[in-house]
Amino acid sequence: MWAYRLNIPSHWRLLSERYRLAGGYCENCGHKMFPKQKICPKCGSEKIKPVELPRRGKVITYTIVQTPPRGFEYYTPYILAIIELEDGTRVFGQLTDIEPSEIQEGMEVEMTIRKVRVSGESGAIAYAYKFRPLE
Amino acid sequence: MRPNRSVGIVGWGAYVPKYRITSKELARAWGKDWKKYAARILVEEKSVPGIDEDTFTIAYEAAKNAIRRARVDPSEIKAVFVGTESKPYAVKPTATMLAEALMIGGEERLTLGADFEFACKAGSEAMQAVIGLVGSRMIDYGLAVGADTAQGAPGDALEYTASAGGAAFVIGTEDKSVARIVGTCSYVTDTPDFWRRQLAKYPSHTSGFTGKPAYFTHIINASKKLMEEMGTSPKDYDYVVFHQPNGKFPLKVAKMLGFTEEQVKPGLITPFIGNTYSASSMIGLAAVLDIAKPGETILVTSFGSGAGSDSFHIEVSDRIEEVRNCVPRVIDFIKKKVYVDYAIYSRNRRMIIMPAGIGDY
Ligand SMILES: [Zn+2]
Repeated sequence: MWAYRLNIPSHWRLLSERYRLAGGYCENCGHKMFPKQKICPKCGSEKIKPVELPRRGKVITYTIVQTPPRGFEYYTPYILAIIELEDGTRVFGQLTDIEPSEIQEGMEVEMTIRKVRVSGESGAIAYAYKFRPLE
Repeated sequence: MRPNRSVGIVGWGAYVPKYRITSKELARAWGKDWKKYAARILVEEKSVPGIDEDTFTIAYEAAKNAIRRARVDPSEIKAVFVGTESKPYAVKPTATMLAEALMIGGEERLTLGADFEFACKAGSEAMQAVIGLVGSRMIDYGLAVGADTAQGAPGDALEYTASAGGAAFVIGTEDKSVARIVGTCSYVTDTPDFWRRQLAKYPSHTSGFTGKPAYFTHIINASKKLMEEMGTSPKDYDYVVFHQPNGKFPLKVAKMLGFTEEQVKPGLITPFIGNTYSASSMIGLAAVLDIAKPGETILVTSFGSGAGSDSFHIEVSDRIEEVRNCVPRVIDFIKKKVYVDYAIYSRNRRMIIMPAGIGDY
């Protein structure tokens, strides 16, 4: 048995994405993407600037995870969803503060920051965006 | 104590996790007679953090609400202090994570950042520090947060009250304020009423010592001294907020000081969500600001074991009406709730430990 260990350099490099939903904006065609990529998937331009995306959106589709990968056992069952943000950008992420029985397509959600995984008793804590239902 | 230039609260925000456990369910789990054991502390139910919540995520929510109400660009905030006794990391500041998440200090993160610990008064201590920085013109805006996921050992008396929540205040110059902080008073003594050693999971407390020599002495001394310095008496205040370890103590200390129940009740939140430790008196203050009218006066006195109190004389200004309703109020958080039983509570609080290598801690 191996315990989950957070990859610190990669987590650190992705903090703006994970804490602030920073995506990419194509200066050539105006396409927004999450996560930020080097080349625009719409027009092939390499002129991609970082941009903070809207914090609200709706659930497009989802799946309920019953058999989790290592490190997610405490949180099971949990929901993974594709969220369409207010500006149309699509984000893949975990939902929180919701029971699997409550999930619905089209449900309005907002971004928050939660614990995603914890590396045992002495390792680092991975915090990142999750989406919760909007009342 | 008074700052060199006038300061005030520019924005306030709170957050309480949505899960609750009733004191009846806690009593059931340990075979206690609820009426004899738990009913007398006047806490019906307490908040429980979600399985993925901790002091950082709670502080984030409260701070986000406070900044939104303050209508200040986070780049203008030059100090972020988090008062807590349940730091996610024993060594690694919660404040730096908060600065990163909220862009405090702007792109360059030019801000002070630190975590404060003083049992239940770590948050009000953070407020005092920010008042000093703004009042001395070192900075124009600072953020003080009190947040906790309080630990009470399973079966211990504290388990009936130790809960989770946070409150945050953006403090700045008087002209931008929704409430002016006119004067403060702080008081400490070495009183061993409650503590937690470095590697201990749960705190220890001296039964029968938490009341008179600790809670009552410090709150009474700090409040009296402040009123003496301000030239005020209990009848000069519209509201009074005390630290709320349970529902009973704040009412009792109010009576001892000469305040009425009507002055205490609007800021008495523990009966509905439990004792949020570093956030306790700060959530009480947030609840009062949610309803206070321009010109009204508030006395707030925190208490932290070990022990000490910070007392604040606050006067509400006209600007409060503009920002009151732009984020959820304390009452909204109280109303939004989902009950859990002792099993889910134990799981959420990581009281159930999965085998080595599985799950986390
Ligand atoms: Zn493009």
